[in-house]
Amino acid sequence: MKTIADLKIGERGIIVNFIDEGLSLKLLEMGCLPGTQVTMTHIAPFGDPIAVKVSGYILSMRKDEAATIIIA
Amino acid sequence: MKKSPKIALIGNPNAGKSSLFNSLTGLRQKTGNFPGVTMDKLIGKWKLEKGDDASILDLPGIYSIYPKSVDEQVVINILANPEHPDYPDLAIVVADASNLKRNLLLFSQVRDLGIPTVLALNMIDVAESQGIVINSVKLARELNVEVAEVNAKKGIGLNGLRLSVNKTLESGFNSNDSLPMDYSVEMVEEVKEKYGDTDDYHALLWLSEHDNLAQFTVQQRVEFDKIQEKYHWNTQHAQSKETMARYAQLNEIVDNCLHEMPVEEEPVNTWTDRLDKIFLHRFWGYFIFLGILFIMFQAIFTWATYPSDLIDNGIANLNDYLKTNLPPTKLTDLLTDGLIAGIGGVLVFIPQIAFLFLFISMLEETGYMSRVMFIMDKLMRRFGLNGKSVVPLISGVACAVPAIMSTRSIGSWKDRLITIMVTPLMSCSARLPIYTVLIALVVPEKSTLFGVFNLQGVALFAMYLLGFFMALLSAWVMKIIMKVKEKSYFIMELPSYKSPKFSHVLLTILNSTKAFVFEAGKIIVAISIVLWVLASYGPGDSMQRAEIQVKTQHPTLSGIELTNKISSQKLENSYAGYFGKLIEPAIKPLGYDWKIGIALITSFAAREVFVGTMSTIYSLGGEANEENSTVMKRMRAEINPATGKPMYDMALGFSLMIFYAFAMQCMSTLAVTYRETKSWKYPTIQFVYMTALAYISAFVVYQLLK
Repeated sequence: MKTIADLKIGERGIIVNFIDEGLSLKLLEMGCLPGTQVTMTHIAPFGDPIAVKVSGYILSMRKDEAATIIIA
Repeated sequence: MKKSPKIALIGNPNAGKSSLFNSLTGLRQKTGNFPGVTMDKLIGKWKLEKGDDASILDLPGIYSIYPKSVDEQVVINILANPEHPDYPDLAIVVADASNLKRNLLLFSQVRDLGIPTVLALNMIDVAESQGIVINSVKLARELNVEVAEVNAKKGIGLNGLRLSVNKTLESGFNSNDSLPMDYSVEMVEEVKEKYGDTDDYHALLWLSEHDNLAQFTVQQRVEFDKIQEKYHWNTQHAQSKETMARYAQLNEIVDNCLHEMPVEEEPVNTWTDRLDKIFLHRFWGYFIFLGILFIMFQAIFTWATYPSDLIDNGIANLNDYLKTNLPPTKLTDLLTDGLIAGIGGVLVFIPQIAFLFLFISMLEETGYMSRVMFIMDKLMRRFGLNGKSVVPLISGVACAVPAIMSTRSIGSWKDRLITIMVTPLMSCSARLPIYTVLIALVVPEKSTLFGVFNLQGVALFAMYLLGFFMALLSAWVMKIIMKVKEKSYFIMELPSYKSPKFSHVLLTILNSTKAFVFEAGKIIVAISIVLWVLASYGPGDSMQRAEIQVKTQHPTLSGIELTNKISSQKLENSYAGYFGKLIEPAIKPLGYDWKIGIALITSFAAREVFVGTMSTIYSLGGEANEENSTVMKRMRAEINPATGKPMYDMALGFSLMIFYAFAMQCMSTLAVTYRETKSWKYPTIQFVYMTALAYISAFVVYQLLK
């Protein structure tokens, strides 16, 4: 099962589903919808947090949060 | 049409809401407090039609009406409660056209609350540069509301917006016909029956978010839980489903109204991409951040001293003038030494506060601040803090009060609480004069470190570092003690870089400084007056006896020396002196005597009174211009009766500085902690732990250096 946390800079994926229901509402509101494309754009100096391009803007999140978003 | 309609500005963070507010209202704005919370609210006037001003309320940015942090809660508490004094007659939802779908989610929720809504489409130029063209006429038709294209920053399109607002106000039109969600009509009816008639969406909002809504009592919340149980209502599930359904609707609308020009695959190397390569770099990112901090410190502690000194001297001159020209009564004393000295104590901080907010608002306006949070998050998390704790900690260098207020954007309660608890350990600007006086007393001026750095400067810098490291250490301890299993999250937008608009930065400085002067000012002035009373009066006729005693013991003295001797004797016999003697045994192990004891007691209200109290205690008359140098001379001349050596040696100086660095000596901070945590528990803990820390550290330092 691949998640956003597995992406390297420049790689993309399509959001399929969420693991954590509590987080999913926040992520949905921020435009991370199933079927949306995400591209990894930044990884912070110590490997965490990360930032992805989604729905036309840059969204940052921690690695463990990224690991709750399943992609294909 | 209603007189003076209330219009709320609502929108995602970074959508340009505040820019629009500033463009609409200019200087016609004032800060206030939302009832029950300290959140500064900004209200401005906007001319709608001839002679008719609308009041515009600028609300914190939100992504949806389901709050995830305290500043979001503020907005929902207004929108959920039609009885709220700030409940708007009309909402202008500001949307970033370059990210239309996400911005429309909030719009659709606000519209469904039954508030007449106008959509202000902002940043169309940004959208167009990305190849996105929006047909706003079609969008208005599909959404069934008035849509106005604006450029909030440049103030373009305001007349069109005014037209749309007027139209909507006149018709009072709201277009919430059907909600994109399934719910039991019976359940909604039960909510309405129990809590008052309203529309379905409000009823559902109450049911889902009742724990976050101040309008409901504890008993009512229990009832809500029962209804939820009865109808098997799962808030999280329902809200997720609703959000998806809304996006599905919006998808269709946006597809119809938005035309995406084909641009090359990746719009390579925008300014934001290029800058992020540097600002988020593993080395340069931190290097630049430190550089910016360095310049900020320079500004606050070097450049700000010039206007501060001017204010200080101005107040001193005013006091001298009043003292010589008014009849020498108690009332004059109260006015000059009590009231005006107190007001002066507030005013001297204005330049520092203004410089601080200049930097903070520039960093925020440009979008750089979220990069700092991004690169600091991992480091801060080790200590139980959060990337977003960086802003409060930096602001704490000027004043803990606005710093604690700025923790509201931290979504996790635990992270926010720890940040609030440790922020007062950052050396605020009120500690600066104390450090300055004591360092000048005990650190030799001529010495240098490695022949380059001035030792006094090094000592000052060390005091600031000490405060910072103690804040981290305390946060780390609290992280271990607090057993709250709460997930903190860090899902936030990294906005594209924008050049700051200077007039907006100036407005922020103006508003924040005003808020500081009136909030903190009230308390400082009150304390100065109380202090003056305590130092001017004593039990029974002790004050008169003190005067007679001096005159009989020193019959040869006259003039200024006699007055000084008398006031010093009087102080010893005043209520303040009495309290100082009372606590002397407790502070003896730290090296302090009863005189320092008085300063400690008065400092518990606000530490900025330290230097002033010291100059009162060491009985200084006149020459307020040279107050600092003279208070220093007096302190240097003070002899320790036990040893016969100078009182202010290295051990006492550092012991005092450490005490002031760690002790909780600020009522305003305690008050703001109370208001932000809504409980006396946390200000109490804050007071106790910081004071204990101060006492123990000062004790250790004194005993080691003695």
